[in-house]
Amino acid sequence: MHPAPSVILFTTLSGLGFGLLFFLGLGFPAVSGWVAFVFFAIAYGLAVGGLMASTFHLGHPERAWKAFTQWKTSWLSREGWCAVLALVVMGLYAIGVVFLDRHWSLLGWIGALMSLATVFTTSMIYTQLKTIPRWNMNLTPAMFLSFSLAGGALLAGQTRVAIPLLLIAAFVQILYWKKGDKALEASGTDLGTATGLGNRGTVRAFEPPHTGTNYLLREFVHVVGRKHAEKLRVISFVLAFVLPVLLLVLPFNHFLALLAVASHLAGVATSRWLFFAQAEHVVGLYYGKR
Amino acid sequence: MTQLPNSTERKMGLVIDLDTCVGCHACVISCKGWNTENYGAPLSDQDAYGANPSGTFLNRVHSYEVQPAEGHAQLIHFPKSCLHCEDAPCVTVCPTGASYKRTEDGIVLVNESDCIGCGLCAWSCPYGARELDKAEGVMKKCTLCVDRIYNENLPEVDRIPSCVRTCPAGARHFGDLGDPDSDVSKLVAERGGMDLMPEMGTKPVNKYLPPRPKDTVEDQIDILAPLLAPVAEEPKGFLGWLDKTLEKL
Amino acid sequence: MTHQQPILDTSPKVSDEIRRTTCYMCACRCGINVHMKDGKVAYIEGNRDHPVNKGVLCAKGSAGIMQVNAPSRLRKPLKRVGPRGSGEFEEISWDEALELAVSWLEPIRKDNPEKLAFFTGRDQSQSFTSFWAQNFGTCNYAAHGGFCSVNMAAGGIYTMGGAFWEFGQPDWDHTKLFMLFGVAEDHDSNPIKMGIGKIKARGARVIGVNPIRSGYNAVADDWVGITPGTDGLFILSLIHVLMKAGKIDLDYLSRYTNAPVLVNASEGAGNGLFLRDDDGKPLVIDRNTGKLTAFDTPGVRPNLSAVYENDGVVHRPVFHLMAEKYLSEEHAPEAVAEKCGIPAKRIRAIAAELARVAFDEAFELDQEWIDFRGEKHTKMIGRPVAMHSMRGVSAHANGFQTCRALHVLQIILGTVEVPGGFRFKPPYPKPVEAHPTPHCKVTPNSPLDGPHLGFVRGPEHLALKEDGSPARIDKAFTWENPMSSHGLMHMVISNAHAGDPYKIDTLFMYMANMSWNSTMNTKGVIEMLTDKDENGDYIIPRIIYSDAYSSEMVAYADLILPDTTYLERHDCISLLDRPICEADAAADAIRWPVIEPDRDVRGFQSVLIDLANRMKLPGFTHEDGSAKWVDYADYIVNHERKPGIGPLAGFRGENANKEGRGEVNPDQLNRYIENGGFYVAHIPQGADYYKPWNAAYQDWAVGIGLYDSPQPYLFQLYSEPMRKFQLAAEGHGDRQPPDHLRQRIKDTMDPLPIWYETDQQGNDGFTVNALTQRPMAMYHSWGTQNAWLRQLHGRNPLYVPTRLMRKHGLSDGDWAKITSPHGKITVPVMEMAALNDNTVWTWNAIGKRKGAWALQEDAPEATKGFLLNHLIHELLPPKGDGLRWANSDPITGQAAWFDLKVKIEKADAPADAQSQPHFDPIKSPVGTGPDNLAWKVGN
Ligand SMILES: Nc1nc2c(c(=O)[nH]1)N[C@H]1C(S)=C(S)[C@@H](COP(=O)(O)OP(=O)(O)OC[C@H]3O[C@@H](n4cnc5c(=O)[nH]c(N)nc54)[C@H](O)[C@@H]3O)O[C@H]1N2
Ligand SMILES: Nc1nc2c(c(=O)[nH]1)N[C@H]1C(S)=C(S)[C@@H](COP(=O)(O)OP(=O)(O)OC[C@H]3O[C@@H](n4cnc5c(=O)[nH]c(N)nc54)[C@H](O)[C@@H]3O)O[C@H]1N2
Ligand code: SF4
Ligand code: SF4
Ligand code: SF4
Ligand code: SF4
Ligand code: SF4
Ligand SMILES: [Mo]
Repeated sequence: MHPAPSVILFTTLSGLGFGLLFFLGLGFPAVSGWVAFVFFAIAYGLAVGGLMASTFHLGHPERAWKAFTQWKTSWLSREGWCAVLALVVMGLYAIGVVFLDRHWSLLGWIGALMSLATVFTTSMIYTQLKTIPRWNMNLTPAMFLSFSLAGGALLAGQTRVAIPLLLIAAFVQILYWKKGDKALEASGTDLGTATGLGNRGTVRAFEPPHTGTNYLLREFVHVVGRKHAEKLRVISFVLAFVLPVLLLVLPFNHFLALLAVASHLAGVATSRWLFFAQAEHVVGLYYGKR
Repeated sequence: MTQLPNSTERKMGLVIDLDTCVGCHACVISCKGWNTENYGAPLSDQDAYGANPSGTFLNRVHSYEVQPAEGHAQLIHFPKSCLHCEDAPCVTVCPTGASYKRTEDGIVLVNESDCIGCGLCAWSCPYGARELDKAEGVMKKCTLCVDRIYNENLPEVDRIPSCVRTCPAGARHFGDLGDPDSDVSKLVAERGGMDLMPEMGTKPVNKYLPPRPKDTVEDQIDILAPLLAPVAEEPKGFLGWLDKTLEKL
Repeated sequence: MTHQQPILDTSPKVSDEIRRTTCYMCACRCGINVHMKDGKVAYIEGNRDHPVNKGVLCAKGSAGIMQVNAPSRLRKPLKRVGPRGSGEFEEISWDEALELAVSWLEPIRKDNPEKLAFFTGRDQSQSFTSFWAQNFGTCNYAAHGGFCSVNMAAGGIYTMGGAFWEFGQPDWDHTKLFMLFGVAEDHDSNPIKMGIGKIKARGARVIGVNPIRSGYNAVADDWVGITPGTDGLFILSLIHVLMKAGKIDLDYLSRYTNAPVLVNASEGAGNGLFLRDDDGKPLVIDRNTGKLTAFDTPGVRPNLSAVYENDGVVHRPVFHLMAEKYLSEEHAPEAVAEKCGIPAKRIRAIAAELARVAFDEAFELDQEWIDFRGEKHTKMIGRPVAMHSMRGVSAHANGFQTCRALHVLQIILGTVEVPGGFRFKPPYPKPVEAHPTPHCKVTPNSPLDGPHLGFVRGPEHLALKEDGSPARIDKAFTWENPMSSHGLMHMVISNAHAGDPYKIDTLFMYMANMSWNSTMNTKGVIEMLTDKDENGDYIIPRIIYSDAYSSEMVAYADLILPDTTYLERHDCISLLDRPICEADAAADAIRWPVIEPDRDVRGFQSVLIDLANRMKLPGFTHEDGSAKWVDYADYIVNHERKPGIGPLAGFRGENANKEGRGEVNPDQLNRYIENGGFYVAHIPQGADYYKPWNAAYQDWAVGIGLYDSPQPYLFQLYSEPMRKFQLAAEGHGDRQPPDHLRQRIKDTMDPLPIWYETDQQGNDGFTVNALTQRPMAMYHSWGTQNAWLRQLHGRNPLYVPTRLMRKHGLSDGDWAKITSPHGKITVPVMEMAALNDNTVWTWNAIGKRKGAWALQEDAPEATKGFLLNHLIHELLPPKGDGLRWANSDPITGQAAWFDLKVKIEKADAPADAQSQPHFDPIKSPVGTGPDNLAWKVGN
C-alpha cells in the first residue's frame, strides 16, 4: 500500500492521543488545574490532529460529516462516532478536572473505554480488509491497542505500567511481523485464483493494461526492498521500544522522559510506515507486482 | 444505505469469454467514452500529453501468460471491471452510504454527491475495480451502464452496456445471472463459468468463461492418420491414381 | 435502518442528434454513429446497420473524439522558415500556399512532368489522386502499397483474381476450420474479430500460424510458432501431404483452375507457355472426346491427367507439373520440419485436419447455379475450411511466392468461393486481364498515356524508357521487380536523393510519415531529406506535404497543406478503389463534415481540385476553360469515369433508384447521409458463391458496372506471366533483362509456387529474427496523439523469448543492445514465453520523435519508445559485387520488413534511461497539449 503521510500521521498521533486519554480518564496521572490542562491539551492535540490529518487524503473533506451515517456497517463510520463520543465525554471529564477540580470517575471510565474503542475501530478499518492479508489478522487490533496503551502510558508518565506495556507491544510487534510476512501466502490468494487460470499452469502477468500508471498502482502497489525493510524494522523497534524502556529504567528525569516519548513516537511512526508500505493488496497480483 | 440488500430481484452482470477475447481494448475505450459523457463526473486524465499520462478507466484489459506443465505457453487476454459482487465489501465499508447495491438489479453504484473520496471501498475491492478520479475526488466504478440498460431514449437493442455493444469479438455477454434460464446463465453452465478469487467470499455476479483446451491437433493424429494414407508412393503412381479417380467422377 | 438507495434517472437524454458517417481511425472503414450535443461530438459508437462492423467498434474508433480534438491538429498552411527538419515554420494564407505550390508545379508540367513525384501514402482516394496525377502528366505516382502488402495483393490477383487483405473474407457463417497466417490485426480489423468470435461461438477450430502468440493467435486453438520466412515451405509441405493422400478436390481443379491446361513443352520462345487456340484461349483435353478443346467450351470436361503429343513433344497439363514438383521428397514434412520449426508430426496432423474438415465435413447448399460453360449445378458444395493471411507472409522477400502457395493450398482443397471457404468481395473476383497495365509515357503539358499502375502480363509491359532505363523514379515495373503493381514508395526518397534513375524537382506527399515510421533506415532518410548539394541547395529541391497532424514528417517539408480530420470533410470510399464490400454485397461509403473545422484547414482532395483548377489540368477543365468541379464533394457526385459510372454506385439516376450505373444524381450525397453514409447492393441469392464462374454473378456484376462484360476465368495455379519473365531471362524476346538479374529472375519467377530462402548474405552473426506487430488499439503513428489511446501503449519494450532471456542473462526491464548489419538500438526488454524461441519483436510505430504530435518532450514515446526501423535498410548489405540489392521481394518489390536478422547483447541502462538512438527535438508548429483533461460536452 502507498504509505501516505496523512494516514501514517493519523494512526500514529491519534493512537497516542487516545492512549493518553485512556490513562487520563482512569485518573492517571491524578492531575488537575493547569497541569491537567497541559495533559489534556497534549492528548487532544494528538487525537484531533491525527483525525484532521486523516481528512487530508479525502477527495471531498467538506462532506466528511457524511461519514457518520453508516455506523451499522462501516468501521470507518464507527470510528468517527467513537472518536467524537470519546472526545466529547473526555471533554466533559476534562472540564471537571481542569476547571472544577472534580473527578467524575464514571465519566472518566466511560471516556477511557471510548478512547480505547476508538483505537480499536481504527484498527478494524484495516483489519477487516481481506484484500490485504497482512492486515487481515487479529494481531492488527492487538498491535494498535498495545501501541496505543504503551504510548499512552508513556505520555501519561506512568513508568511502572509503561515498561510492561512497552514490552507487550514489542512482543505483539514481533508476532505481527512474523505472521504478516507469511500472510499473503497463507491467504491462498495468488495470480492463479485471481485469474481463475491457476489450474492450467503457471500464470505470469504479461502486458499490463496500459504502459503508464493508474490510481490502483499508485494506491496499492508499493514495493519495499527486503533489506531496506529489515533495516527499518530494526530502527523502528529500537526507537519504539528498546530505547524508551532503557530510558525509563534509568532514574527519572524529565529530559529523559521526553526523549523516551520522542523516540517512541518516531519508532511507532516508522512501524506505521512499514505497516502501510509492506502491506500487499491482492490487486497487485493482477499487475504482476507481487 | 451501505447495508447490502438481503437479496436483489435480478443479478445483472457480465459474462466474459476468455476463449474469445483478443485483447483489443475496444471495451476499455468505449467504456471511457460513454462514462466520460454520461453517469456522474467525466473520467479525467492527468498529464494527458506528457511524461506520465494517467487517467480514470472503469474497465481494463490485462494479459497473462500461462505455462502448462507440457506444451506451449499460452497467452490470455483478460478484461476486468466491477464484478457487481453479491457480498460486496466495497459497499459495507463505505462510511457515507455513497456506495450501494441496487435491490432491483444488483448493480453496485457510487452516488457521487455523497462520496467523500476516502478510498476505502477501493481498498476493500479485491479486483481493482474502483478508481478514484483525480480531478473530481470521487470514486469511480463500472456502473454496468445503468444509464443505458433501461434508457428509453435508446433503441431497445442498444439497451446493453457500452462495452458489450462494442466488443468486436463478442466476448462480452450481458444478462441476468440470477435467472437460470437466461442466455448468460446457460452459457455459464455450458462452459464452466468461474469466479475470480472465490476465497474472498465476495460472490461475484460477473463470470469468466475459461479458455478451451489448446494445442490439441497433434493429439488427434492417431485418429486422423488414416486420412493421410498415401494413394501412391511416387509421382508416377500418383498419375495412375489420378486417372482412376477421374474416371469415377 | 434497512437498505435505501437514491432515485436515479436511468433514461437520461443521450444526445441531440446522431450523425452517421465512416470511421477513419484506421483504414477498415467502419460505420459510426456520431452523437452530437450542442453541435459538438459527444460520443461515438458503431453503426449497427453498417455492412462492415454491424455496430461494433474498436478502441481506435471509440477514441475518435480524442482525435478530432487532438492538440496536434495543424491549424493553417505552413511555409518553412528554418532549415529542413527544424520544425520552424510561418503560417501563411491558403491563397499564398496554393500560389506557391502552383509556382513550383506549373513549370514542371510544362517542361517535364516526371520531375514531380506524387506519392500518397495510405490514401483512401486513390482513384481520384491517380486521376489527378495522370492529368498532371507525371509517371511518378503511387500510394503506399509497395511497402505495405503488394505481395499479398499481387499474389492473390495473379493466382486467383483477388487477394486476402480486405478483398476477400472467410465464409464466417459456415467455416469450421479457420487458418490464419501472419496476421496481427489487418485492415479488416473489426470483421476479423467478429468472424473469429462467430466461429468460436460455434466451437469451430482456429489455427494460428505466427511466430508470436498474441491477439488472434492467442485465441487460436492451435498455435504454430513458425520460424519467420518459412511459411512457403510449410505450406508446400501441406500440399505435398494432401496430394500424396489424394485429399484434393479433383472436380474443382478440373473445372475452375488451369490445372488441366496444357503447357507447351517445345523448346524455344513458347516453352512453358500455354497451348492456345487461334482465339488465344488456353487448351485442355476434353475427357468426353479426348480432343484438344478451349477451356471454356460448353460441355467440356477438362482432363487433369491426359497429355497431348505433337511432333514428338509431350505437352503436359499443369497438374502433371504440380505433381512432379510437390510430390517430391524435399517437400515432405520431415524434410522441412527443422527449418520451419514445426515438428513433422504436427504438419501431418494439420494436413489431416484440413483434409478431414474439407472433405468429411463437406456439406451442400440446395442452390442451383449455372456456370460459365452453361452447365447447370443443382447444389453448391461447401468445404468449410477458410484461410486468411497478411503481412507476416507478405513482408518477406519470398512473400509473393508464399502468397501464391497459400492460394494453391486453398484451391487444391476446393475451398475458394465455395460455402464455408474463402470468398471474394466485389469488385473482386477480377482476373489479371481485367486490370490495366502500367503506363509511363510522359509528354510535356499533357496527361500521361494511361493509368500509372497495373498488372504486367509480360516484359512488354515493363515501365522502361527507350534506353531500357527505369521510367519511374521508384523503378517500379523494372527487371528488378517486374510485378510491382503498387509502385515502390519506400524507394522514392532514396532514389530521388541518389538521382537514380534521374533527379526530380518536387516531391509531393500526402499522409505518410516518411521521415519516421513508414520508412526503412529512418536516420538515413532524414539525412537524405536534409542533404544539400555543393551549391548549398537541397538535393531534393522541394517538398510539399499534406498532413492533418503535427507528425515527424511535417518538419521535413517546405510547404504544408493542412488537412481536416475525418469528421470534417467529404471522402469517398469507392468501388473504383478500395470499397467496403462484403462477400455477398457490393457497398461503398462516404464521409461528410459532421462538424466544421475550427481551424483554417481544408480537405486535401478539395485542395487538389483547387490546384488542378489553377493549373487548368485537362481532366478537370471544360473545353471553355472553366473548372468542372469546385471541390471534392462536387467531384464525387458529378465525375463520371464512364458514362453512368461515377465514384459512388448508390442512388444514381434522376430518381435515385439506379444502382451502379445511372446518370448523375445531384442529391446523391444527401441520400447517402440519410442512409447512414453508405450504400449496399446485395448479390442475389444463387449468385453469391462460385463468383468467378457463376453466370448469375457475372451478369449482376456487369449490371452494376463492375465489368463491362462477363469475365469468367480460371484460377492460375501456374502463372503464365511469370513464365514470360523467365523466358526473357533465358534469352527469349527483344526486351532483355540486364545480365546480373538473369539468374535471379530464372530462380524466383517460377510459374508454380516455390519457396526460396531470402538473401542471407551479410547476415553472418545475425541470427535472431526481429519483427513488429501492430497493436490493435493504435494506428501506426496516429494513435499517440490520442490522450486515451496513448495510455494503453505509451512505450514499447522488446519482447524476447524465454530461451534468449536466459541465454543473455536478461530479466524484465533490463536493457539490451540490438544490432543488425545496418544499425543498432539500445532498448528495454521484456520476457515472453509464448513466442518462437529465436524471434524478438516489438509493437510497431510507438516510438516518437521529440517535439512531434504536440507531446511534451519527455513523453515516454520519445524517451523509452523506439522504432525497429533503425535496424532495417532499404538495401541489403553490400555483397562485394559492386551492386546494392534492394531489401525487397525480387518479383514485386515489396519491402521485406520482416526479413530482419539481429544480434542481442545485454547492455547497461543508458545514463539518461532513454532508448537509443535518439534525435534532436523538432520544434512543434502547434505547441503541446494541455496537462489535464476532463472531457464532457453536455452537462
Ligand atoms: N490497429 C491497427 N490496425 C491496422 C494497422 C495499425 O497500425 N493498427 N495498420 C494497417 C496496415 S497499414 C496494415 S498493412 C495492416 C497489416 O496487418 P497485419 O498483417 O496484421 O500486420 P502486422 O501487424 O505487421 O502483423 C504481421 C504479423 O505477421 C507475423 N509474422 C511476421 N513474420 C511472419 C512469418 O514469417 N510467418 C508468419 N506466419 N507470421 C509472421 C507477425 O508476428 C505479426 O503477427 O494492418 C492495418 N490495420
Ligand atoms: N518496422 C516497421 N515499419 C513499418 C511497418 C512494419 O510493420 N514494421 N509497416 C509499414 C506499413 S505496412 C505501413 S502502411 C506504414 C504506415 O506508415 P504511415 O503511412 O507513415 O502511417 P501513419 O503513421 O499512420 O502516418 C501517416 C500520416 O498520415 C497522417 N494523417 C492521419 N490522418 C490524416 C488525414 O486525415 N489527412 C492527412 N492528410 N494526413 C493524415 C498522420 O498524421 C501521419 O503523419 O508503416 C510501415 N512501416
Ligand atoms: S468488484 Fe469490487 S467494486 Fe465491484 S462489487 Fe465487487 S468488491 Fe465492489
Ligand atoms: S470513496 Fe466514496 S464510495 Fe468509496 S468508501 Fe469512500 S465515500 Fe464511500
Ligand atoms: S458495463 Fe458500462 S461501465 Fe461497466 S465496464 Fe462496461 S461500459 Fe464500462
Ligand atoms: S472488446 Fe472484447 S475482445 Fe476486445 S478486449 Fe474487450 S472483451 Fe476482449
Ligand atoms: S477498425 Fe476501428 S479504427 Fe478502423 S475503421 Fe473500424 S472502428 Fe475505425
Ligand atoms: Mo500497411
